[in-house]
Amino acid sequence: RKIIFEKQWFYLDNAIGHTYGTTFEVTSGGNLQPKQEVEETTTETKEAGTDNRNIVDDGKSQKLTHDDIKALKDKGIKGQEIVQQLIENSTTFRDKTEFAQDKYIKKKKKKYEAVITIVKPSTRILSTMYYAREPGKISHLRYDTLAQMLTLGNIRAGNKMIVMETCAGLVLGAVMERMGGYGSIIQMYPGGGPVRAATSCFGFPKSFFDNLHEFPLSKVDSLLSGTFSTETLPSEENALVEEESNGLTDEKQTSLLEAEEESATETAMEINQTEEQDTMDVNAEDGEFKENKEKENSNVQQKQRKQWERRKKLIETAALLTEKNADGLIIASKFHPTPLLLSLLEFVAPSRPFVVYCQYKEPLLECYTKLRERGGVINLKLSETWLRNYQVLPDRSHPKLTMSGGGGYLLSGITVVLDKGKSDSSHSEALKMEEPSSKRCKVQDPHC
Amino acid sequence: MSFVEYGDTIKDGDTAIVFLGHESMFPVKVQHGTVTQTKYGVIRHSTDLIGKKYGSKVTCSKGGWVFILHPTPELWTMNLPHRTQILYSTDISIITMMLELKPGSIVCESGTGSGSLSHALIRTVAPTGHLYTVEFHQQRAEKAREEFREHGVEHLVTVTNQDVCKNGFGVSNVADAVFLDIPSPWEAIGHAKSALKAEGGRICSFSPCIEQVQRTCLAMEEYGFTEINTLEILLRVYNVRTISLQIPDLGKAAEDNSSAGFDSSNPSNQGSPCANLQQGAVQFKSGVPLREMVGHTGYLTFATKS
Repeated sequence: RKIIFEKQWFYLDNAIGHTYGTTFEVTSGGNLQPKQEVEETTTETKEAGTDNRNIVDDGKSQKLTHDDIKALKDKGIKGQEIVQQLIENSTTFRDKTEFAQDKYIKKKKKKYEAVITIVKPSTRILSTMYYAREPGKISHLRYDTLAQMLTLGNIRAGNKMIVMETCAGLVLGAVMERMGGYGSIIQMYPGGGPVRAATSCFGFPKSFFDNLHEFPLSKVDSLLSGTFSTETLPSEENALVEEESNGLTDEKQTSLLEAEEESATETAMEINQTEEQDTMDVNAEDGEFKENKEKENSNVQQKQRKQWERRKKLIETAALLTEKNADGLIIASKFHPTPLLLSLLEFVAPSRPFVVYCQYKEPLLECYTKLRERGGVINLKLSETWLRNYQVLPDRSHPKLTMSGGGGYLLSGITVVLDKGKSDSSHSEALKMEEPSSKRCKVQDPHC
Repeated sequence: MSFVEYGDTIKDGDTAIVFLGHESMFPVKVQHGTVTQTKYGVIRHSTDLIGKKYGSKVTCSKGGWVFILHPTPELWTMNLPHRTQILYSTDISIITMMLELKPGSIVCESGTGSGSLSHALIRTVAPTGHLYTVEFHQQRAEKAREEFREHGVEHLVTVTNQDVCKNGFGVSNVADAVFLDIPSPWEAIGHAKSALKAEGGRICSFSPCIEQVQRTCLAMEEYGFTEINTLEILLRVYNVRTISLQIPDLGKAAEDNSSAGFDSSNPSNQGSPCANLQQGAVQFKSGVPLREMVGHTGYLTFATKS
């Protein structure tokens, strides 16, 4: 399989059998494996200037022409040697300060010495990568914000989590990694089916999917009002089949979409995904592909069996939800968070954390107000994190020049037992009591 | 209760968090016959707590009430008795993710300090992982052991009382990750490397000063660590407030009723839910930053052994 990455193309065959973290050099086509660490070829000329007062930018300091360089490249000369040539033919190089020389070499190396490192997929790698490459697909959820969500949500083995996300399955994958296959996850999905393009990049073992359930968002209301169960009782076969087949056409569309998405990301994605291929094939967990295949040679019987299985899973998931004892709720979607949160919180047990992500602050302000009106939550916190990266080098340590402008906002809190049977007035009174008097004004209804 | 497993009801011997409202809370050890004083009155453990559900509202003797919460590492971090400066959840969350911790991970930590990070690490690596934590202060090590026992997590952690810079972590080639929060982390990098698995792992060092970071980075390079990366994370918290700004009187004719005067600029006409007009003022909801925020905790340096 041919893979394209950063304007290079290569085959992965040679990479098999090496440990993760191995660095490879790209040759014309295949992969060559150089040493882990190339001995830094310290330029023999340890000459260096002290300042740049005599360095003039005349555009002629590099004696090699554009064509010369291209010729070197075409000859298939090692990148390392090209860099050396460039240095030797730079008239100003010797006059540059030691630090500037360093910087020059680094820059050239980056351009001419193509090396790739193959690493194991993890939330760290994938979330960093998605934020850098496809921020739109994950609602600009920055990796440190995702980290906060996992911690604030107390995600751990054994939990029963509800996850509602439209982040290509990245948040789901992160939650799955932290739960390590223990406990259960119910993914609420909009449209015809859950998107798990990023989830499949993690290369989870098949067993992790045994306790991963999904439930359509459009059925939440009926589930809460209690009309869901009758609708899907096995006795009402007809209504069900109809509803299911509707669901299927829906699903067909989205799974197509998904396939598209996947192929699109595949080329853009870093090594991680491609490297995944070996394990992914073994897993064959790709529900979508399977479904597609099955649909292709679909005969009526298979279709019916699938419908039946789907229905069974749906009923199971509904049963899990109606226990209303989930250990937490994670929301990160492109939808308005308020209605999602107000409905889905019903399924969460008291004294459990919930976290809502939103790219924008304003919807969370409203969410905060509505939650206060509803009650049943405490310790509400609206927050944002800033992330700053540093360059640390001897005598050259400072914050990196650019930092991310925004990684979204979080609203988090803890559920408590909701006062039942009390009138609304006493309820809002209770709310006021919770707030120190000075801040009372902020919980009052906006009346508009 | 356990710090690594949710329970429904409060039991004798549990650690629970009493939530008084508005960020004010404290931990209690639930015991038959014990009472706890709050500003809302007395809580009697036997009748008010034991057997109740976590998350319940408990009415105290003076008629005030509190919520009783299930303990989590995050709540513990906010309420634990400080024996040292501690790490807070913002730093902890990025550390956990960047060290790639998950159930089954083996982690080495030093120093244990007040155990703020330790609880979070244990939560994440449970039920099959393990934490080896090293604290050179004997009393603190003892206290940490006691807490882990009380919190039902002692099977997931080993506390060693020794100097990590001299004697290392007491284990070798077992760890997936190492975390250092000590004054001179560069002296422990070698031990960290030998504690990590042969096939590799991740390391993180937390230091408040850039000079410490500098020396640590040099040491990491020397020991062949790769992917060295230093970062800093800051938490900004917002208060949700309804703000009301007065409309200035620019001498517009009084009979021209004031609302018409600034119709165009009034967001309430655009259907914004919280803006409304009263007596020449415009109201809106805002997320207001706190007057003061934590500006610096420490630099986090991550690296990979491969």
